[in-house]
Amino acid sequence: MSDSTAIANGAAAAVDEGHHGEHPPYQRHHFESVTQQFDATNFAMWLFLLTEIMFFGGLFTAYLIMRNWYYPAFVEGSHHLSIFWGTSNTAVLITSSFTMAMGVWCAETRRKSGLILCLVLTFVLGIMFLCIKGIEWHAEWVDHHVPGLRYTVSDFLNPALDPEVYHEYHDKPLSLGMADKTEMYFFLYFAMTGMHALHMVVGISILVFMIFRARQGAYTTGHITFVENFGLYWHFVDIIWIFLFPLLYLVSRHG
Amino acid sequence: MNHISPVIWQFLSHWLHNFPLFPPEASAIAPQMDALYFFMVLVSLVGLTLVVLLVVGFSILYSKERHPKAVQIEGSTLLEATWTIIPLGLFLVMFVWGALLYFRIYTPPANAMNIYVVGKQWMWKIEHPGGQHEIDELHIPTGQPIQLTLISQDVFHSFSIPAFRVKREVIPGRYTTVWFEATKVGTYHLFCTQYCGTGHSQMIGWVVVMSPEDFRKWLANSTSGDSLAQNGERLFASLSCNACHNTQPDARGPNLVGVYGSQLTLANGETVTADDAYLRQAILDPSQHVTQGYTPIMPTYQGQISEDGVIALVEYLKNLKTDYRLQQTLNTTEIPPQIEQKAGTAAGQKPAPPTSGGQGEVKP
Amino acid sequence: MSSTIVSLPDQSTARIPKVNFLTKENGLLSWLLTGDHKRIATLYLISITFFFFIGGALAGLIRLELLTPQSDLMAADTYNKVFTMHGLIMIFFFLVPSVPATIGNFVIPMMVGAKDLALPKINLLSWYLYIAAGILMIYTMASGGVDTGWTFTTPLSTHYLNTNVIPAGLAVFIAGFSSIFTGLNFIVTIHKMRCPGMTWFRLPLFVWSNYAASILMVLGTPVLAITLVLVVLERTIHIGVFDPQYGGDPLLFQHLFWFYSHPAVYIMILPGMGVISEVISTFSRKRVFGYTAVAFSSVAIAVFGFFVWAHHMFIMGISNYAALVFSLLTMLVAVPSAIKIFNWAFTLYKGSITFETPMLYAIGFMGLFTIGGMTGVFLGATGTDIHLTETYFVVAHFHFVMVGGMLMAFLSGIHFWWPKWTGRMYPEKISQFAAVTTYIGFNLTFFPQFILGTLGMPRRYAAYPPEFQVLNVFSTAGASVLGVGYLLPVLYLTWSLKYGAIAGNNPWQATGLEWQVQSPPLTENFPEIPVMDHEAYDYEWLERQQAKEVASVG
Repeated sequence: MSDSTAIANGAAAAVDEGHHGEHPPYQRHHFESVTQQFDATNFAMWLFLLTEIMFFGGLFTAYLIMRNWYYPAFVEGSHHLSIFWGTSNTAVLITSSFTMAMGVWCAETRRKSGLILCLVLTFVLGIMFLCIKGIEWHAEWVDHHVPGLRYTVSDFLNPALDPEVYHEYHDKPLSLGMADKTEMYFFLYFAMTGMHALHMVVGISILVFMIFRARQGAYTTGHITFVENFGLYWHFVDIIWIFLFPLLYLVSRHG
Repeated sequence: MNHISPVIWQFLSHWLHNFPLFPPEASAIAPQMDALYFFMVLVSLVGLTLVVLLVVGFSILYSKERHPKAVQIEGSTLLEATWTIIPLGLFLVMFVWGALLYFRIYTPPANAMNIYVVGKQWMWKIEHPGGQHEIDELHIPTGQPIQLTLISQDVFHSFSIPAFRVKREVIPGRYTTVWFEATKVGTYHLFCTQYCGTGHSQMIGWVVVMSPEDFRKWLANSTSGDSLAQNGERLFASLSCNACHNTQPDARGPNLVGVYGSQLTLANGETVTADDAYLRQAILDPSQHVTQGYTPIMPTYQGQISEDGVIALVEYLKNLKTDYRLQQTLNTTEIPPQIEQKAGTAAGQKPAPPTSGGQGEVKP
Repeated sequence: MSSTIVSLPDQSTARIPKVNFLTKENGLLSWLLTGDHKRIATLYLISITFFFFIGGALAGLIRLELLTPQSDLMAADTYNKVFTMHGLIMIFFFLVPSVPATIGNFVIPMMVGAKDLALPKINLLSWYLYIAAGILMIYTMASGGVDTGWTFTTPLSTHYLNTNVIPAGLAVFIAGFSSIFTGLNFIVTIHKMRCPGMTWFRLPLFVWSNYAASILMVLGTPVLAITLVLVVLERTIHIGVFDPQYGGDPLLFQHLFWFYSHPAVYIMILPGMGVISEVISTFSRKRVFGYTAVAFSSVAIAVFGFFVWAHHMFIMGISNYAALVFSLLTMLVAVPSAIKIFNWAFTLYKGSITFETPMLYAIGFMGLFTIGGMTGVFLGATGTDIHLTETYFVVAHFHFVMVGGMLMAFLSGIHFWWPKWTGRMYPEKISQFAAVTTYIGFNLTFFPQFILGTLGMPRRYAAYPPEFQVLNVFSTAGASVLGVGYLLPVLYLTWSLKYGAIAGNNPWQATGLEWQVQSPPLTENFPEIPVMDHEAYDYEWLERQQAKEVASVG
């Protein structure tokens, strides 16, 4: 909807609705109409997501440069991530985006119990994602692949030391110089998945709030802005993962 | 008034000498840069005068008392075009002129004499190829293009000689270069201009420009110890580089004779020129710089050599032009067989230093 | 014929309107939990004034130290902390929020004909983030300070300093989000809440400028945020993407940092340019010459501003060809600013000009910004940049555009909208005196620094060679005059809150929608949303309005 028609409709709606006081209770007083309110908040969320793209963009830039410089180290570092857990997490997150989209539909069609179910499912899937991430991070800790805190390069100097990964990829031993760069790979791994996980935590917290509010019927009386805008945020966090997954997990994984 | 009173003239010239508006022009490029600078000052003055005239002029002519009723004017495409195109044109002239200067300053000529500068908190270590070391002072001759190869041991610094109109950032992890040709004998300021911590304002010194004969005398008087290349040779041996980089046909590493300046094909197919920066990287991060046909078994010397050491090695390699010369190095530093064996097996283990023969005698 | 356009109501009978945004609700909570953009603007105004004087005091300490060539007033480490904090506070806690968060917050909803910004709660959050960041910054100062320089250059900031780098970085990070939310709010408001009839080209140019600055805030600031996160990470776990020892690159930091910090300077200046458009128009009684050109110039500066960041890195070892590209783009970004200066100058042509305080500041801006802008071109040309970068020439350049430009524009705007904000006029004579004092003090402080830079004096030096002393003394002398010029407005503006003349709706007889409502405005700005049926800066429309009023009273 173009701005001018929104404004025109806004004005018309204001005229239709008559004076101040004859508007839905959830319409904020500085808006002339519900349409204007929805438009504005929706646009604001898209803009916010744009800032998030720029935010993650810095990390992606650093990643792409380092991967270009130290490709062998990134290959072998990536081989040490669990493709099983990574793929599971991807499936979990995509499903949670589906349940979230279903939730928005329920809100639109005023299905209160459906909405609550969808929000709870999304919440559960979000928690599952974080649990799996915890499992993965724990594995890195055990393997001494946590940069700066607990890190050795022995797995990369002598890949045979990790039989599972070696059996799969038969990586060649890296020279010490290149093996040292695997720490850079894992730094970026933790920074990017950590920043993503932080966004998940924020999302999950808001979901808890939303479940409470949904039970009170806040989103099924026609005012779906909050749910819809949160849905956008959740999809965005999903999309960031869709980029992270191949970049981090799928480096040279053929054969 | 057809002459300025001698008193006023004396005052003016005394004043200009003691309150200069720009530093002395002591390099070949300085007058060229000053020319552009003065062009810019002129354009700025004209621009400023124009704006001031317009603003002050209109303010007077059209003040409320003089011009009580404003005339609404939408604009003028012609004027917009004028004050878009003329400034753009002037700026583009400055861009081209500046770019020419920039390329000139950062593209050293082939016959430039190279001097190494290592910056560290908070001093400048200057190393002439003949082995003369200076701290916070740079002695150079007039009339000779001089290239500085700069690197930092810690944080960003910046090497600035205002009288020469040159400045270059000094960065940890890679070489930067700048060149100049001094034209006037004298002593000029040397500053660090990139904030580097507590002693930033103490990281200053002098550039002493001498006539070529005076410079030769100075070089002779201040030689202490070996040249950079000799130091490099010593390091080459003590770090056991010759275990792999020797003249044997089945050597584990490429023969480094004549490598400086040559075109190398790397293991990944890339072709590079083996300049100072490349050689430094190859020593400190060899896994990235494996020559085609060799395996990546060279250990990294990161943390084992200081930047001064790298510079010495690079100087040695620059002067390593014949197999005979390399053989001299090898002859004076024997490596016992068991050490040689060890160096070839476990990757990532540094070869032990030679236990017999030691540093040997290094022939000059 | 009087030489002022000020038109006040009869002072013997005039009163401040009983119901206005200041009196609507009382009590601390009504202020701390407000959604009213005007109250939030007031909160911001008080906060940034507070930080301005802290930053100013630090500047005073710098100039005092530089009176003598030796580092004798304070230890070198202390001096390093002083100039770092001066930069951080002035940039992130004064300049970036100055016009947008105070004047912009106050006036933009009224200018577009709305009752508030689109997201009042986000607006309040923005202020709280600013305060949180400010508290963290004060903690940083009080508990030992930080001495990285405002530019946080790595590896100095990541591995070589023991000072409060992390709190300082986090403070800037939080302040950045304050800025992002302000910009986001403006963009949404301007797109979605214009009143009926308010097309884009009927908007006041102040709105265009803030819109352009908001785009920069929204797109650029997040990159600074992530860069600071990486610095903090590298400092805590000692490995990161900026350390050459681990394979990282300190130049990567420079690229990421300047990718924001260059657009940041346009974030700072564009809103000020918006103020100048409003003031010059009002005090010449004329529509801004070349409205469309000025509007598009603002957007052009914003767009081009994203592509010039490496002109801060010409001597850092970027390739010669990269330097060429960035230098060319820098020349291109300089042109729209020149266009604006000429358009403003020609707004004066055939106008009817008076010289009240806002106009004095605006005229000062024109001259000083021209110098500042032109000296930017000196630095944008790669050849001269080699000699001039990292010297006092750069310091002079950015103070000319930021202080001679932006701060003068801010003061112009504060004086211009003061009657609307408070319902009272400031005292004209002393304010004109302060404006002139500021102008003189400024030139005396910063012009010598151009010469110092050309002579080669490096920046961030606590001690310097003795031959630079005379110019430094001039500069410090100027700074003391400047300080007086900045102190006076705080005093007389506070005085005017109680004793100033009652301003009435439109003391300047200006055309904007904000001037058609009471001073101070109602909380909801307009009892009914207006319908915009005339162009911006339509003084003929204003005359007809005034004629109608006169006709209908009798």
